[in-house]
Amino acid sequence: MENWINDLKSSLKNTMKEILYPLAAIVISFIAGAILVYAFGKSPITAYKALFFGALGDWNKIGETLVTTTTLILTGLSVAFAFRCGLFNIGAEGQFIMGGVAALWAGWALSGLPPILHVTVTLLAGALAGGIWAGIVGWLKAKVGSHEVINSIMMNYIAMNLSNYLIMTVFNEPDKAFSYEIAPTAKLWRFAESFVQFKYSRLHTGIIIALIVALIAYYILNKTIRGYEIRAVGFNPSASEYGGINVNRNIILAMVISGLFSGLAGGIQTAGVQYRVNNLFGFTGYGFDGISVALVGNNHPIGVILSGVLFGALQKGGPMMQIEGIPKEVVGIIQGIIILFVASNFVRVMVQKYKENKEIKAQVAKGEVK
Amino acid sequence: MLSIISILVASTIRSATPLIFPALGGTFSEKSGVVNIGLDGMMAVGAFSAVLVSYKTGSPLLGLFGAMVIGGLFGWLLAFLSIHFKANQVVVGTAINILAGSLTTFLLVEIWGKPGQTDNVNYFTPWGPFNMFTYLALILVLVSYYVLYKTPFGLRIRAVGEHPRAADTLGVNVYMMRYICVILSGILAGIGGASLSIGSISLFKEGMVAGKGFIALAAMIFGKWHPIGAALACLFFGLADAIQTISMSYGLNVPKEFLFALPYMLTMLAVSGLVGKATAPAADGIPYEKGEK
Repeated sequence: MENWINDLKSSLKNTMKEILYPLAAIVISFIAGAILVYAFGKSPITAYKALFFGALGDWNKIGETLVTTTTLILTGLSVAFAFRCGLFNIGAEGQFIMGGVAALWAGWALSGLPPILHVTVTLLAGALAGGIWAGIVGWLKAKVGSHEVINSIMMNYIAMNLSNYLIMTVFNEPDKAFSYEIAPTAKLWRFAESFVQFKYSRLHTGIIIALIVALIAYYILNKTIRGYEIRAVGFNPSASEYGGINVNRNIILAMVISGLFSGLAGGIQTAGVQYRVNNLFGFTGYGFDGISVALVGNNHPIGVILSGVLFGALQKGGPMMQIEGIPKEVVGIIQGIIILFVASNFVRVMVQKYKENKEIKAQVAKGEVK
Repeated sequence: MLSIISILVASTIRSATPLIFPALGGTFSEKSGVVNIGLDGMMAVGAFSAVLVSYKTGSPLLGLFGAMVIGGLFGWLLAFLSIHFKANQVVVGTAINILAGSLTTFLLVEIWGKPGQTDNVNYFTPWGPFNMFTYLALILVLVSYYVLYKTPFGLRIRAVGEHPRAADTLGVNVYMMRYICVILSGILAGIGGASLSIGSISLFKEGMVAGKGFIALAAMIFGKWHPIGAALACLFFGLADAIQTISMSYGLNVPKEFLFALPYMLTMLAVSGLVGKATAPAADGIPYEKGEK
């Protein structure tokens, strides 16, 4: 009985610590952002107030924030899932783009299907395209040992150019720099149709899908043998190999699943938000933001949901800051600083150093060490 | 025909010039064992600082110097976090890219009071068919080759990237070597950025770097982590760019997206061993810990 309580206590304590370190990093980054704003003669309070109300000021703003959050949860899960297998999926961006294009194709070419079936097929097409795109990277890593970071960076650019080529040729809306629109049956249901509060937001059922996918990711990772194997490979590939786990198969599988999530994010972007795909001049950034989301969420599905909300709010609050005369890029700067702090474990290392110093001082005071 | 060829050659060299500096920077950094995904961001801050300093002082030469200092500073940041805090180098590089994009746009708006682009500043006018930067790139390629392969210092760099433990045992300061190389890569990326802004046009535009740091990274890999190989790869990628520009003005129908994607496809083939095997330094990307077995 006592053991059980102690176990619970220590696990609670650990969870608190896991949350506390990213939280400290977030707070420090916001302070850094405030200093920057102040340095250019503007009020940080005005800036953050605008940021807050821009993101969460009313139901429509909350709706719009959740639209971005949906995408970020999925790309975040994508990066986090690969991370758990020891893989760095910097290619979420490319998988997102491919997912968007595949969903566009399915949403148009398969029109005539019944509504619910059509939208499901559209989203699955997106997920599948992302899965294949990432699977190529995983396959190359497993078969010829070429590094997933290099290949997925290259695949990002190939995806962008392939998508642009398709958008400007076969899928082109004549004389426009975007594709034609998907069929109405392929569109995700929007909350605005039934809830007047969300009338001016594009909030759609994708948010529910994203939350379910997070739970599925959690289940796969923590409750299945396959998930155990994936985590084992991430923890120590050599030991896993020795323990009879097929490392190569798990690398490919983890990449494919990771790609499914990003591809789904792209599919949802097409079926729920834009209904078209634009000719891109640069990356959308959703895939790269997924890296931030995964990192701050500690690569845990529940953490990813929370940090997805945070980054969604940051991005949607930015334009309101712009109206107050403060460049919305402050948000990107804060985001960059957060990643730097979390990635370097800055707070944790500093706390450890402080504790060590205190111990040494205590020992000196006691006369144990001179 | 001859005129097309000479236009093509000149255009190739002009496209390759800004790529060569970060590609050399990446070579130094990765030869010493630190992956530098942040080249793109370092180019962006370099391009911006060059314009800012030239704007404030009126001297493009000081602008170039400013680009080197700020590029080097971001290189130091990568070195500091990945060497001392053993942070994931790819993550830090990504953060630098995000930070650089936002920071340059933020400062652009705050200093010039408008988004999009800066005012015109003094810049390096071309010497003959090319800019000063092209000649500088050629010299730096040869110097880099000489330093990396013909000097004890270069041997140490390569040793630290291949087998840091052995190098450490022989008295080479692994951390110091990595610091020097990563800061150098930032300085070189900064020069590359400056060659885009005060080297070809007289201003900084939002998104003007637009992934050139990543093409340079690809060129470094395609060039097999070798200064001359990387420079040749830059020329080859520059050729793809030149063909795209020229085919458009001559009305040839080559899909531009295919030419844009070509460098990346070739690089993937190269790392997969289909177009000559490209192998990274053995300790590339792995933080070094003293006393670790």
